[in-house]
Amino acid sequence: MPVDFNFMVGGEAGQGVQSVGFLLAKVFARGGYHVFADQDYESRVRGGHNFFRVRVSDGRVGAIAEDLDILIALNRDSIELHQVELAHGGVVIFDGENIKDTGDNASLFSVPLERLARERAGDRVMNNTVALGAALALVDYDLEILNNLLAEYFGKGKIAENNIEAARAGYEYAQAERKGSIRRLRPVSNIKRMLLTGNEAISLGAIAAGCKFMSAYPMTPASSIMEYIAAKSEDFDLVMVHAEDEIAAVNMAIGAGYAGVRAMTATSGSGFCLMVEGIGLAGITETPVVIINAQRPGPAVGLPTRTEQGDLQFVIHAHHGDFPRAVLAPATIEGAFWVTVKAFNWAEKYQLPVIILTDHYLASSYATVAPFDLAQVTIDHGPLFSVKDDEPSEYMRHRITPSGISLRAFPELSKALVVTDCDEHDEEGHLTEDAGERTAQVQKRLRKMFSLRQDVSQPQLYGSKKANTTLIGWGSTYGAIHEAVDMLRRDGASINLLHLDELWPFPAEIVADVLSTAHNSYVIENNATGQLARLIKAETGRDVSGKILKFDGRPFTPAYVAEAVRKEGC
Amino acid sequence: MVTLSDYAGLQPTWCPGCGNFGILKALNKALVELEIEPHRVLLVSGIGQAGKLPHYTRGNVFNSLHGRPVPPSIGAKIANPELVVIAVSGDGDAYGEGGNHFIHAARRNHNITYLVHNNQVYGLTKGQASPTSDAGFITKTTPYGATNPVNPVALAIVSGASFVGRGFAGDDEHLSSLIKQGITHRGFSLIDILQPCVSFNHKNTYSWYRERVYKLEDESGYDPDDKKAALEKAQEWGERIPIGIIYRKELPVYEDQLPALRKGPLVRQEIDPGRAEKLFAELM
Repeated sequence: MPVDFNFMVGGEAGQGVQSVGFLLAKVFARGGYHVFADQDYESRVRGGHNFFRVRVSDGRVGAIAEDLDILIALNRDSIELHQVELAHGGVVIFDGENIKDTGDNASLFSVPLERLARERAGDRVMNNTVALGAALALVDYDLEILNNLLAEYFGKGKIAENNIEAARAGYEYAQAERKGSIRRLRPVSNIKRMLLTGNEAISLGAIAAGCKFMSAYPMTPASSIMEYIAAKSEDFDLVMVHAEDEIAAVNMAIGAGYAGVRAMTATSGSGFCLMVEGIGLAGITETPVVIINAQRPGPAVGLPTRTEQGDLQFVIHAHHGDFPRAVLAPATIEGAFWVTVKAFNWAEKYQLPVIILTDHYLASSYATVAPFDLAQVTIDHGPLFSVKDDEPSEYMRHRITPSGISLRAFPELSKALVVTDCDEHDEEGHLTEDAGERTAQVQKRLRKMFSLRQDVSQPQLYGSKKANTTLIGWGSTYGAIHEAVDMLRRDGASINLLHLDELWPFPAEIVADVLSTAHNSYVIENNATGQLARLIKAETGRDVSGKILKFDGRPFTPAYVAEAVRKEGC
Repeated sequence: MVTLSDYAGLQPTWCPGCGNFGILKALNKALVELEIEPHRVLLVSGIGQAGKLPHYTRGNVFNSLHGRPVPPSIGAKIANPELVVIAVSGDGDAYGEGGNHFIHAARRNHNITYLVHNNQVYGLTKGQASPTSDAGFITKTTPYGATNPVNPVALAIVSGASFVGRGFAGDDEHLSSLIKQGITHRGFSLIDILQPCVSFNHKNTYSWYRERVYKLEDESGYDPDDKKAALEKAQEWGERIPIGIIYRKELPVYEDQLPALRKGPLVRQEIDPGRAEKLFAELM
């Protein structure tokens, strides 16, 4: 019987929800399982209600499931809010000595978490580790894997030893008091996979692609990219500047790109608002730059720790005037790595701003991913000035060419002077108001879109080429929609999925082609107005037959998508 | 050998008599005397009449957005510390639109030189008040008179700049020497330049300044190393206006603290995607 087992850790901020959730995810990843985990938390440091869901499977998983098999409830709210999500036979682990009057319910399994933590590990704060041990006992998992992990996580010494003891106390208590496991989950293989977030995948992609400079200003959910890059800056010879604001951040990255290194910045929607001037600066000066926008619900501060896909139309159009750009939206955590590599190549090859559009869900969710094959990472700088072939005194940064792409030279590396201007400029880069030169430069820049368009990959078409119903998604919703398609096909529906992760230039032909064959076509988007549907209409002239939209700040689940599609009709 | 002809750029479009001519002359002279070849210089300017200066000399040029010459200067300097990076602004660019960058670049002490053409008025947009216009200065946007001006010299000192000088566009010999010292100083050097605007500022004219400016180096006993004295000197404005080095201190330079730069300029380092392999294990 296939394994599809779901945990949730719930509690207040400060109770260790994130730590326990992460350790739970990692302990199963180490046992050879595929894992997907997401985080739901409030914008506060203490209190409130947070949870961390961990899905464990023996096949690939790319989304969270709704039914819980084990709920670790570190506070009363977690029981009251999530008990209804328990699957048949599901169990709630809670501390009955602290949370009383919970009623009589066979699913409730009281473990004296605080008492065991105090008695066995010397401090009640380790009650969450006791719960972790108890949860593993209920699935008969190998405690040794957790012990090794705790030793690594907390470092050698007393804290690690106490946590190991706390986990053992929970494990032994559950074994003794709840006879027989609810499901046997033994380690399945020695296959080594990484457990990483979307932001970590992007950071790895940037490092592999040779990003040498990042400047950014902290903003949820993008900050962990800054932190990761800063932590690796010494080992990987790169620089991360914590700028004074997002305006400085994007302009610094553009300065570094002009000087010849691969550079990026990362932010979320309202930080991106401040960066908009940089999009046009990179556009007219033809400077490569990669800008990551990890979306959260807007407008303005919106819901700071939640997810949304509300910035699609914004990032495609942000800034005034006509100039080329590219917008990529990774569909999976693994895809986030490859999309980032592509973004750096496109930025240099076409000398323009490339925007990577993710969201809180993708940025902060974890998935198990096989190590990336770095031999597949190619570095394409586009055409460069070379002292061997080119005469420095004749160098012109914005020379008119048939492709619109001019040679890039870098200041100080040769005698070629690299001149550019955010005013309209002539081929040399000096400002001009000449009508002919203006027209020629605008056309030159726009010509780059022709070759860029050829570089856009075909969107993924999951399922049969022709189907009665086509679902259309973009970005982080891939996992949930993909699984919903499987569910609906098991019900006998003729359904497929067209999923876009390269959104600009828009792959209009294939989208129009698929839409022309489907009887029903529904966009599925984490926003309130169907921004992809509008883009499809604008680029193909075609209407979709329906929109399944969610804008409560929470991600789609496969079951939610499947139910919504059934309601629309398929 | 570097000569002034190496720095002969396009024909300026400034008004005849503009203070910018003196600044351009002083900058070219400084670069020649320091024997810096044009390809080693990066001039990053903003928007305003000052922002056009890089086109009228020679070098690498990044003419950036209004208020923003400092951030791209920082990015370029970190990417290639071999570059002599000079940011060029007007008073609106530096102290209005770019105020935040000014404060923080000074605080972090990036190794760049910042020339601010301070004519106390907006020239390019034709005569509106600037952040440094004298109180009471009447313009179309300040019909009841400009409010209190920002004091860029004092602001730079309290923000942590390690070199703060003031020059006068009407004395290009003195200004050139100041620019040379700013370029050779390691750390963030501000040179605020009093620049008469012959078209829109009929108050702070060449003769107005000539009656008032005096050189700090001619004052016996002034020590630019003394922050308290420098702050006091920074307040002096009116009958007498000091020019020269107001504050100078050797302080840790931002770029010196970056381990990645120890192996040489980032722009000369090769890319090896395979190096990322060693990050995988810690995620397993």
